[in-house]
Amino acid sequence: MDAHAHAPAGEHSHPTPALYFKVALVLFVLTALEVMAFEAGHGGMGAGIRPVIEPIVVELLLVLSAAKFALVAMFYMHLKQDSRLLTNLFVFPILLAAGVIMGLIVLLQYWRTVGAH
Amino acid sequence: MSDAAAHAMEHHTSTGIDSRKVAIWTLIGSECLFFASLISTYLVYKGKSLVGPLPHAESQCMLHGAMQKCEGVFEIKLVTTGTAILLFSSFFVVMALYGAQKGNRKMLVGWLAATVMCGLFFVSMQVYEFNHFYHKGMGYGTNLFSSTFYTLTGFHGSHVSVGVIWLSTLLVLAIRGKLPPEKSLNLEIAALYWHFVDVVWIVIFPVVYLMR
Repeated sequence: MDAHAHAPAGEHSHPTPALYFKVALVLFVLTALEVMAFEAGHGGMGAGIRPVIEPIVVELLLVLSAAKFALVAMFYMHLKQDSRLLTNLFVFPILLAAGVIMGLIVLLQYWRTVGAH
Repeated sequence: MSDAAAHAMEHHTSTGIDSRKVAIWTLIGSECLFFASLISTYLVYKGKSLVGPLPHAESQCMLHGAMQKCEGVFEIKLVTTGTAILLFSSFFVVMALYGAQKGNRKMLVGWLAATVMCGLFFVSMQVYEFNHFYHKGMGYGTNLFSSTFYTLTGFHGSHVSVGVIWLSTLLVLAIRGKLPPEKSLNLEIAALYWHFVDVVWIVIFPVVYLMR
């Protein structure tokens, strides 16, 4: 009997252990890159590339973090294989959450600027 | 259990997806907003503390009633280790799920035990970190940084603890042989929660520890 036979509608078979392992390796490498970016931007390591990394360290960390987030959600949480309803249940609150974070930061910054004058 | 009996146990829903799976995804969605409020609070007050201790080293800050050089409280190496362990635990739990779905009890028990061990290590790392900060004079109400930091990471840690308890109960069931392939959805739901705890940390780690 194949793996699809008992899967409920809208769901598909999950990835293989080999793919899970490859994703784990990529996640590990991305975490190492995050720490290296932090060290190069603020710490003692890579003093030569510090002028290049320092201005973009926040953006770099956000991109690396987003990549790790997407990999876990797609492959480990099986959103790539599962029904789109589940993806929507996750992505909509994520967008809402991002909006809440951005909105609060902009609002508080605005009131601080108004208060300073 | 025969295939026919397992088939009879399946829930028939209008979406075609098991209601328990929809429920855990709905919970995860609501938790996203909960952590968004905590992360935004941390970011709004970031760099606004008037007194130390502070997260990163500063040339001057108010510490113990006097302006002096402030050492950063964060131990990046320790937290990076904790982060890597939590990431690996996500790999371990999908391997356990694979074992459960294939009916490989040895694989299920081994990987699930490894996941629980990783979770326990992470919680221990956080307990050590909080204790270390407290002894450096950083109580909950010391400054804006400490209040927002302890609230955010404390709530995450409590979620990890709930995950460890949940996975431990499944581990006991697996050892007793009470987690057959037909019931692998029980582990899949717990694994989804565990991955969510992991992705929240994926956001917290750079935002709190790496961005100055």
